[in-house]
Amino acid sequence: MQIARVIGTVVATQKNRKLEGAKLLLVQPLALAGTPRGTVLIAVDGVGAGVGERVLVVIEGKAAGDALGRKGAAVDAAIIGIVDAVDYTDTE
Amino acid sequence: MQLARVIGEVVATMKDANLTGVKLLILQPIAPDGNPAGRTLVALDSVGAGTGEQVFFVRGREAAFPFYPAEPPTDATIVGIVDHWHVP
Repeated sequence: MQIARVIGTVVATQKNRKLEGAKLLLVQPLALAGTPRGTVLIAVDGVGAGVGERVLVVIEGKAAGDALGRKGAAVDAAIIGIVDAVDYTDTE
Repeated sequence: MQLARVIGEVVATMKDANLTGVKLLILQPIAPDGNPAGRTLVALDSVGAGTGEQVFFVRGREAAFPFYPAEPPTDATIVGIVDHWHVP
């Protein structure tokens, strides 16, 4: 899983039937220090996250489908938690 | 599977119902010489690991298997605590 920040929303009227009703959010993966790291992704929201929040994103198809509560949905990333706190020791 | 060091943890109150009671740990993948190798990630814990320990973890769909029959949404799970390794 990656820690990411929700930076926006995506609206798509015409989409795969399995995606109907899914909330799509733009997320920017973050390094532990909070700086952007890598490409912005579209993730389905399984927990009610909003723009600006730090979240946990799972990047794997089956897990993302489970988070959405639909088997066989064409998704590969999902928000599965809202981060309250991150506690780490810097090793670099 | 890959070697990693547990370097911290994540607290999330609002999360997928299948993650209730599961520890979320921050991993730094490491090379056999112990140096960092690649990006940090967050993984579920299935073996009772803690910060500072050396572990190995599995990625992908198989990461949910240790919690069977539950199916938590995860792409990485710690499946072992490493006592030591040896590279001749």
